[in-house]
Amino acid sequence: MSDATQTGPVLAADGRPLKRSLQRALRAQKMRALALIAPLLIFVLLTFVAPIADMLFRSVENSIVSDTLPRTVLALKDWDAKSGELPDESVFAAMAEDLKIAEAEKKHITLAIRLNYQTSGVSSLFRKTGRQVKKWDVPNDGPYMEKLLDVDDDWGSHELWRVIQTYSANYTPGYFLNAADMELGPDGVQQVDDSQKIYVMMFKRTMFLSIVITVSCIALGYPVAFLLASLPLRTSNMLMILVLLPFWTSLLVRTSSWKVLLQQQGVINDILVWIGLVDDANRLVMINNQFGTIVAMTHILLPFMILPLYSVMKTIPPSYVRASKSLGATNWTTFWRVYFPQSVPGIGAGSILVFILAIGYYITPELVGGTDGIFISNRIAFHISRSGNWGLGAALGSILLIVVLMLYWIYDKIVGIDNVSLG
Amino acid sequence: MPTASDDGFVVFDRVQKSYDGETLVVKDLNLSIAKGEFLTMLGPSGSGKTTCLMMLAGFETATHGDILLDGKPINNIPPHKRGIGMVFQNYALFPHMTVAENLAFPLEVRKIGKSDRDAKVKRALDMVQMGAFGGRRPAQLSGGQQQRIALARALVFEPELVLMDEPLGALDKQLREHMQFEITRLAHELGITTVYVTHDQTEALTMSDNVAVFDDGRIQQLAPPDELYEAPQNSFVAQFIGENNTLEGTIKEIKGTEALVTLDGGEIIVAKPVNVSKPGERTRVSIRPERVEYNKDRLHADAHTLKAEVLEFIYMGDIFRTRLRVAGNDNFVIKTRNAPDQRRLTPGETIEIGWLPEDCRALDA
Ligand SMILES: Nc1ncnc2c1ncn2[C@@H]1O[C@H](COP(=O)(O)OP(=O)(O)O)[C@@H](O)[C@H]1O
Ligand SMILES: [Mg+2]
Repeated sequence: MSDATQTGPVLAADGRPLKRSLQRALRAQKMRALALIAPLLIFVLLTFVAPIADMLFRSVENSIVSDTLPRTVLALKDWDAKSGELPDESVFAAMAEDLKIAEAEKKHITLAIRLNYQTSGVSSLFRKTGRQVKKWDVPNDGPYMEKLLDVDDDWGSHELWRVIQTYSANYTPGYFLNAADMELGPDGVQQVDDSQKIYVMMFKRTMFLSIVITVSCIALGYPVAFLLASLPLRTSNMLMILVLLPFWTSLLVRTSSWKVLLQQQGVINDILVWIGLVDDANRLVMINNQFGTIVAMTHILLPFMILPLYSVMKTIPPSYVRASKSLGATNWTTFWRVYFPQSVPGIGAGSILVFILAIGYYITPELVGGTDGIFISNRIAFHISRSGNWGLGAALGSILLIVVLMLYWIYDKIVGIDNVSLG
Repeated sequence: MPTASDDGFVVFDRVQKSYDGETLVVKDLNLSIAKGEFLTMLGPSGSGKTTCLMMLAGFETATHGDILLDGKPINNIPPHKRGIGMVFQNYALFPHMTVAENLAFPLEVRKIGKSDRDAKVKRALDMVQMGAFGGRRPAQLSGGQQQRIALARALVFEPELVLMDEPLGALDKQLREHMQFEITRLAHELGITTVYVTHDQTEALTMSDNVAVFDDGRIQQLAPPDELYEAPQNSFVAQFIGENNTLEGTIKEIKGTEALVTLDGGEIIVAKPVNVSKPGERTRVSIRPERVEYNKDRLHADAHTLKAEVLEFIYMGDIFRTRLRVAGNDNFVIKTRNAPDQRRLTPGETIEIGWLPEDCRALDA
């Protein structure tokens, strides 16, 4: 009974706007749906979203300097690092007071470790000074510039004060700059010494190796998936077990077995030497380098390529192939013009899966990568678990996340994410 | 059983096919199809029709026997060199190509030049009244439109032989009837030989020059539609084609073109012996519902009559459909035209029914 000239919102039978009535009717359904996914939602929030948010936060968070040295930070504000002179007595006094308080709370060591990432030697300087400062009667037995310089000449280092000033803000781009082989120098952002450059190269290597691994997975997986999809169901199910078999073996076992196969005294080298293809003195180095990483990871990630390919190929009706042949196309033309284009969504899905898994892979490169076959994740793990530089680890992780999201976005622009099918 | 003559355009010569080496899916198939003929393979699902078509197209190999195309055996020619157009049940239009690209595909692989190709594609699209749809993707077309494109694609490279495997199975009734007409029109206009597979007997009867009725891997009868309907050679064909009444009995006597049959209820009727040969043999007597008459005035003088009880009367508009109990058979159906002077029967009444002896065929049991 809504007439055509009506301009306002459409009304339901009881006079309320139809939209609102509909929402009310759907609310119960939505609540029930929400209740059903609630456990998973909470789980994901706690174990996935929260850590990622925490990581993003840690990669820029820097309040430790201003928390531990509040007076120094304040006093250093007016100091001009470019003047070439040391800060004045008030700054040294503030530092002595801050250090005494920090020492009492044992916070100066943590800070020292943090500053040590930026310039080396801070750690021992702070420890040493900390031991002295607790005997002083701050702020009454100055002047502190002299006293501190007495404790250690390093207090006269212009660079030390510059670093403290540079990192006195609560948030810093420093970790991200470090992750890109850059740092905050006196004149703003600058490249680090060539000898210290590592992360850009690591990112490039990670990308390159991941691409090589993805391409190898396509090359090895496509024919297998094709075979599986064209065999009768009973046979293909049997063979599928072989594809899935690696999933049932521990990752460590699989990686270690590659060690057994590839090492210089390993099975493959032994066979090559026995056949005479390789001289006993020049056994091939196939492990603890990039080759080892590529081989082991291709093997481990292969099922992630085969499964989506298979499930896409399974849905390509055989009648397309028959139609193509009946129209006069040879086997090759039929494959290339008819079958292959329709399997592209499977390649897309498999590639995204393999590439994203590879780019963040950790354990296999760690075990078989040596030095030139390790990934950026191995550096992240190093910073998180050994060097303790969580900020840098978080920044590296964030960059990795951004790279993956960007690749995903580019892929969506070029291929279209709708074209990805996991079957 | 028809035997293959060597002068047909398509010849199946004692062809057998087994998929598993244990059972024959196609048993001793002999079939000859003349140039320009529209032949339909009709039969229930699983009777081996698709298998025959696939052997002809080259996607399955015959286990035994020869298939000849234009006099030459084609057993060893791969499918893409056979030059046979095919229409599939699900159309098999390539989803990643536009309609025009689909049609151009067979021309491209034949290395036909671009301008020539475009002209042929356009002609083929116009032929199925789809000229405006060249730029669309198959998914953007309705089922009927896809069907037309599939047809156009099978014809665009001007094959002499076109195979169609239940091409109209997915369409609704009205569209199906329209397409039946279109397909026969095109086939005759272009003079192509067509082998058409269906399990729909109406389709087979309305479209074909000849119908081969398949069952159990054999051709049960090969005949033009009218002959198939009016003169079925065995009880499978009689049952399968159209509606049919059967009365079971035993042959009492055969005299020339007449046989006396003792029905299981004891009545004796006269029938035309078709594939019965000697007295004492079991038989099924087949009578078409529309050949049964109960109006005394219209009954032929020498028509044979039986008593029948009316069980059900259904008004269907153009015809009346009445279910009777005749000689112990509760499913004896008669159809009568809705004419002004036609009497409507009422359930419970007893009537006399009759038919001409030649409409009553004594077939195998
Ligand atoms: N590829 C195949 N492998 C094994 N058996 C098959 C295959 N195709 C068909 N059959 C069997 O052959 C018989 C005939 O099938 P088909 O030719 O498709 O019959 P129709 O087309 O008349 O329905 C069926 O029993 C079917 O199960
Ligand atoms: Mg079939």
